[in-house]
Amino acid sequence: MLKQLFKFKGGVKPPTNKTQSTTLPIAGAPIPSRLVVPLHQSIGGTPRPVVQAGDTVLKGQLIGEADGWISAAVHAPTSGTVVDVGMYVQPHPSGLDAQCVVIEPDGRDQWIAHAPFDYAHATPDAVRHYLQQSGVVGLGGAVFPTHGKLTASKTVPMDELIINGAECEPFITCDDLLMRERAEDVVRGIGVFRDLLKPKKVLIGIEDNKPEAAAAMRAAVNALGEQFLVVQVPTLYPAGGAKQLIRVLTGKEVPASKRSTDLGVQCFNVATAYTAWCAIATGQPVISRLVTVSGNVQAPRNYEVLIGTPMGELLQLGQPHPDTDGIVMGGPMMGFLVPNDTVPVVKATNCLIAHSERLFPPKAPEMPCIRCGACGEACPHELQPFELYWNARARNFGKTQEFHIFDCIECGCCSFVCPSRIPLVQYFRFAKSEIWAREREKNAADEAKVRFEFKQYREEREKAEKAEKLAKAAAAQAAKKAAEAAAIAAVESPSETPAPAPTEATGNTPLPAVDPAQDAKKAAIAAAMARAKAQREAAQPKNTETLNADQARELADIEARRQQAGIVEARTAVPPPSDAATQKAE
Amino acid sequence: MDILLAIAIMALGAVVLGAALGYASIKFKVEGDPLVEKIEAILPQTQCGQCGYPGCKPYAEAIAKGECDINLCPPGGMEGVQRLADLLGREVKPLEAEEKPKQVAIIDENTCIGCTLCIQACPVDAIVGAAKQMHTIIAQQCTGCELCLPPCPVECIRMDTLTENIDNWKWKFPVIKIKPEARQAAPLEDAA
Repeated sequence: MLKQLFKFKGGVKPPTNKTQSTTLPIAGAPIPSRLVVPLHQSIGGTPRPVVQAGDTVLKGQLIGEADGWISAAVHAPTSGTVVDVGMYVQPHPSGLDAQCVVIEPDGRDQWIAHAPFDYAHATPDAVRHYLQQSGVVGLGGAVFPTHGKLTASKTVPMDELIINGAECEPFITCDDLLMRERAEDVVRGIGVFRDLLKPKKVLIGIEDNKPEAAAAMRAAVNALGEQFLVVQVPTLYPAGGAKQLIRVLTGKEVPASKRSTDLGVQCFNVATAYTAWCAIATGQPVISRLVTVSGNVQAPRNYEVLIGTPMGELLQLGQPHPDTDGIVMGGPMMGFLVPNDTVPVVKATNCLIAHSERLFPPKAPEMPCIRCGACGEACPHELQPFELYWNARARNFGKTQEFHIFDCIECGCCSFVCPSRIPLVQYFRFAKSEIWAREREKNAADEAKVRFEFKQYREEREKAEKAEKLAKAAAAQAAKKAAEAAAIAAVESPSETPAPAPTEATGNTPLPAVDPAQDAKKAAIAAAMARAKAQREAAQPKNTETLNADQARELADIEARRQQAGIVEARTAVPPPSDAATQKAE
Repeated sequence: MDILLAIAIMALGAVVLGAALGYASIKFKVEGDPLVEKIEAILPQTQCGQCGYPGCKPYAEAIAKGECDINLCPPGGMEGVQRLADLLGREVKPLEAEEKPKQVAIIDENTCIGCTLCIQACPVDAIVGAAKQMHTIIAQQCTGCELCLPPCPVECIRMDTLTENIDNWKWKFPVIKIKPEARQAAPLEDAA
């Protein structure tokens, strides 16, 4: 089977360090003393906790409900008691904490009732929903919810489905072992993706330093009678980057700010396919994953680990050497030192490397950039890291965007080759997060401006409306006044029209005209007060039925005090104003 | 004769160009002051009035007219002053007031008496509530302007500094220690 392969520019060849951990088969890690399961394990919305401290949970029980379409559910990795739902330190370079569910295992490891998913009779939408509910996310490292990638573009025909088994980072062998030992389930999982996306071809890319895995996958593809093509790609870091693998296998280059689906290509990790099939075939959600334990340890090996296992406990299985001074999550190129050894294994954890100065000698101090251009040659994305570096260092963020900083995948090739040992990727990460923060601030400012302007507009409008209302009321009042004056004039004119004028008005002519209007207003006010009073009296206190004697007495006392203070009007104290007013009006 | 022709040509040219310019000044007239908009885009839109103007836009207008300094906006910080200076070609000055971290107002809902005074004071309508009902602040929309603090009769509003969380955490500027051993060794010598 010959297939034309393409090349991506750049790339580096760090020592692979993979053989140490492939000698032994996958082992199951024991249930740890306690499990800290972060709720936010995938890109997208943070799942809402559906358990509380004190609840008993079974293995596989839902503990975090997916929030929105781009979000995936989280499940209890074993049976036990929830001891806390709170903030715990995350395996994140910031060392900050996030919401986690802490479970104390009861040791019985008892499954919740589950049944295989009826895949043969399910609609594609039902399958996607099921995968979301099972917490299937991309296990290659980006942890994007898988169901969100399983809808084919409506406009572009799906040409190729790429399955990523390249695993290009040094030390990491979990995908290698998965393909060696569980190839059949992986291939069935790929079959599910194929059914949903209906691509013309399915290509499985595996780096050529994993011949056993490629052979196992080929055997499984043949055994299941599938038409998938297993392709061995040259070992070159970062061949496992999605865009790089797409380039190598199809020759298609995914442009900046476009997604591979726009070119009719979709890419999944082999472990994602495996967990998707496990969820469908057994009904078990994603509660464990394969993790490589390697580095400064005596017994490097791959373990099937429950999500939420503290990294320190997992590392103990590999018997770390005494000079171990930290844990790197991920590979040496893109991984980071975790804040401490209590942080949990999450769905994105593919490898733990025991860190020691013997294994990773401290970097010599950064030297000035000598403009050699080695980083530009190594960059697999054909960016110009030196330009990005100068501008990021000068905090000239607009310029970094002009040099396409957001196309940088932070693979670390540039830092790896830099003869001046400049931590280039750190500068790029700094620039990226500054740009994001500015974007957030800008959006917040824009929103505040819109809201401020709307408030001003609303206040103006309300003022105008009020003025209009007042004008209308005044006009109505004036009309009424005129009508009343006319009526009075009509009634009084035959008998004693001139009578009030000489008696009352001693040079005060408008008075008789104003009086009836004021009286009408007073009458209206009095009527409203009377209505309000009647309502007050009609309303009885609602919670007085179940009073005991003491409370009743206390209430009576208060009532008496209130009357004394004059807060509650005694019924006889004020003469009913309505009568007086009506009399006046007449 | 030649000179008259030359004068006539020049005069004709002047008339034609003048007509074109006159037409362009009517046709392509810019409504409003584009400089005000540029200044406003730099201001943080907290609408807090700490500059002494009733909102960011009046302040922007005042800056554009050259009526006031560019260092009156504490929420914008020194960075805002720097950007205004770059835009306007003016000199950078230190901020008039102290720079504060970004804050968000929180209503103690047990103490709130539902007077609606803070709702009226909020420039961005970020407080929800009704008369004699509990009020609360929509934290995402709060600009931290503190304008709701003075009108509250029961002082139930406090300002909380926004802390870093995993979603808004930023990678720091890479700092490489020069001779870290020397720094660690120093206290030991002191002790000895």
